[in-house]
Amino acid sequence: MDLTLSDEQRLLRESAERFVIENFTADHRRKMGNDPLGYRPEIWKQFAELGWLALPIGEEYGGLGGGAIETSLLMEAFGRGLVSEPYLSTVVIGAALVERCGTEAQKQEMLREISEGRLTLAFAHSERAARFDLAHVGTTAREMPDGWRLDGAKIAVIDGGSASQFIVSARLAGNNGGAGNLCLFLVPPGAGGLTLQDYSRLGGGRGCHLELRDVRLPADALLGDDSADKLPAIEAVVDRAMAALGSEAVGIMQTLLDATLEYTKIRKQFGRPLAANQVIKHRLADMAMQTDEARSMALRASLTVDAEPLARSRAASAAKAKIGKCARFVAEQSVQLHGGMGVTEELDIGAYFKRLVAFDTLFGGSAYHYRRHAALRGRVQA
Amino acid sequence: MDLTFSAEERAFERQVRDFIAANLTGEMKRATALTPSVFSDPDIGMAWQRALHRQGWGAPGWPVEHGGPPWTPAQRWIFEAESARAGVPNVNVMGVKMVGPVIIGFGSQEQKDFYLPRILSGEDYWCQGYSEPGSGSDLASLKTRAVRDGDDYIINGTKIWTTHAHHANRMFALVRTNESERQQDGISFILIDMKSPGITTRPILTIGGDHEVNQVFFDDVRVPIANRVGEEGKGWTYGKYLLEFERGAGIASAKLREALRSISDLAESELTGRAIDDPDIAMKMSEIEVDIDALEMTELRVLSALQTGQNPGAVSSVLKLRNSEIRQAVTRLGAEVIGHDALAVEPTRPFYRLNHKPAIPEEMLTVMPEYLNGRAYTIFGGSSEIQREIIAKLMLGL
Repeated sequence: MDLTLSDEQRLLRESAERFVIENFTADHRRKMGNDPLGYRPEIWKQFAELGWLALPIGEEYGGLGGGAIETSLLMEAFGRGLVSEPYLSTVVIGAALVERCGTEAQKQEMLREISEGRLTLAFAHSERAARFDLAHVGTTAREMPDGWRLDGAKIAVIDGGSASQFIVSARLAGNNGGAGNLCLFLVPPGAGGLTLQDYSRLGGGRGCHLELRDVRLPADALLGDDSADKLPAIEAVVDRAMAALGSEAVGIMQTLLDATLEYTKIRKQFGRPLAANQVIKHRLADMAMQTDEARSMALRASLTVDAEPLARSRAASAAKAKIGKCARFVAEQSVQLHGGMGVTEELDIGAYFKRLVAFDTLFGGSAYHYRRHAALRGRVQA
Repeated sequence: MDLTFSAEERAFERQVRDFIAANLTGEMKRATALTPSVFSDPDIGMAWQRALHRQGWGAPGWPVEHGGPPWTPAQRWIFEAESARAGVPNVNVMGVKMVGPVIIGFGSQEQKDFYLPRILSGEDYWCQGYSEPGSGSDLASLKTRAVRDGDDYIINGTKIWTTHAHHANRMFALVRTNESERQQDGISFILIDMKSPGITTRPILTIGGDHEVNQVFFDDVRVPIANRVGEEGKGWTYGKYLLEFERGAGIASAKLREALRSISDLAESELTGRAIDDPDIAMKMSEIEVDIDALEMTELRVLSALQTGQNPGAVSSVLKLRNSEIRQAVTRLGAEVIGHDALAVEPTRPFYRLNHKPAIPEEMLTVMPEYLNGRAYTIFGGSSEIQREIIAKLMLGL
């Protein structure tokens, strides 16, 4: 039992924090708000040079073999600067899906390209009718004589507009129309029959919807070399992503808490600082406490990502639910304590607030995950 | 980083389990499960203390030279967690966890030699004389006076909320020895023999129906000056040191988990018509369980910091606050789970020695009293409002 950071981990945290402070200024964020890509490729290149893109990738594929803790340290620093680079979609989710499901050749090629910053990925999985149920996929894949045919629609594809490849989930359609295994396909953005509706994502970065109409793909577009069900891998990767997002949320919450604390010490009303009022002090104490609880839950989820699936998913849902609840509280109270200025675009508070709202929504909000937790405990029907 | 325990620690865990299996009698276990107040009655609690003492485990947290076990913080964690899991008696903490550390930290050699062995063996049973009718959260305003007369102090005044004063043979108290400018400066820490002439104890029944706390009156009670711990007028410092022990060093999550488990068992039983099938109850159960997960992780972070010699900081207030709030959430859910059976009041105590058949199943007897008595969790040991003041001051610099 040891929850202290190693020297390497401490170094990683410090360099990430420094990099974020230097590069992700309020000015940068405003520019990125109208940027069609949503991030700066020069910074992505620096991520590659710093080794961050190779961080969680296995050493046999040219990666650094880092674990969930290393990812969490980066993500927390990213949260502090509202980093909008496609790290979650490409590295945390994309590379992990390739590493778990890909053929040896796919892994050798794609993971190296990711590490070197030459390949960005976007996971196209969510569908409108599914809400947050990972098993609910209506998009179909038909095996054709010369490859595959995909039909369906995806929503909330994070960083989709800038991705060099999509990983699209689809159900194998049997001859009798019965639902088959869930499989993953590599789809280039220029594929015929693919339409993309790009949008500016709440809290920074881009997202998109995908429509797939008779999209034809070669046989090797299948991720992996068999059509075994990929749902367990998707669940494992999404659990990991939720742990990473939890750490990002902690970075955002800490920044909001720091800013609000600073502001309430300086802002004077009725002849004294806001923070001199007990009602404000206690609110700040609650914000600090909830930020700390969120920190505990993110750490717990990160330390549990390699546990057996039930324990892992329970910890991931527990973290997502609890951090979501704490994040809403800290976000809303930060706006509240900044008064009228808190609801303007003139302060940064709103941007951090929106990123936390986006966090709570991604992969399902607090209510969904408390329910998933209860279902995993056998207390309610899934 | 690593959440798992080492092979040595696992071996220690087995040792703790074996010890508990060999020493925890069915009677002790049943009595503990059927006690709706914070601490077990002395006959149950002290029987367990004696068993721990025989094993050399009577005073976790004490230095080895005073009889504490040579445990790492992780071993301490394992011991507390296994004890909670097994449902061992809740030994009154006033001796080992409260006055013991103060005597060790600030007492004279004579005091250490006399009192510490008697705490370890359970020969002495302690109560705490802090709060007064006029001094609750504002403890430093206390008025019980100790005036010097030869080799003695003469004490007049009253203490309230004194847990187990009706069982205790000794009290440690904060008394005013000097009317100084700053009220914290005139307070001394003193050890009182409860059999001294002039002491009377009045029981106070709490809303759950239990007699756990009292008011104690002092009328010209003579206490030797030699019974003062440390310097005159420095009692506030010693008392605060102790309050940190009361709040922090916290390993509360394991007990909370057991409390939730017993509510969960009830909810899954036909006795409650399977309350768990109500999705609202199921969701609340998960919500509380996740809160316990968060508290446990914070406790482990503190533990890890302690293991590497770091100071965990103001976190003891966070632990106290969250523990008390979650404890109340568990008991609130319990009262909801038992439904109509929450209406049946059983006034007789103790529940484990009833001579009649109670109106509701035995498993439910403590549920409502625990909810009612449990309202005190966010009040004693520094109310939640005081904890927020401390957090604002120490963590946020306000």
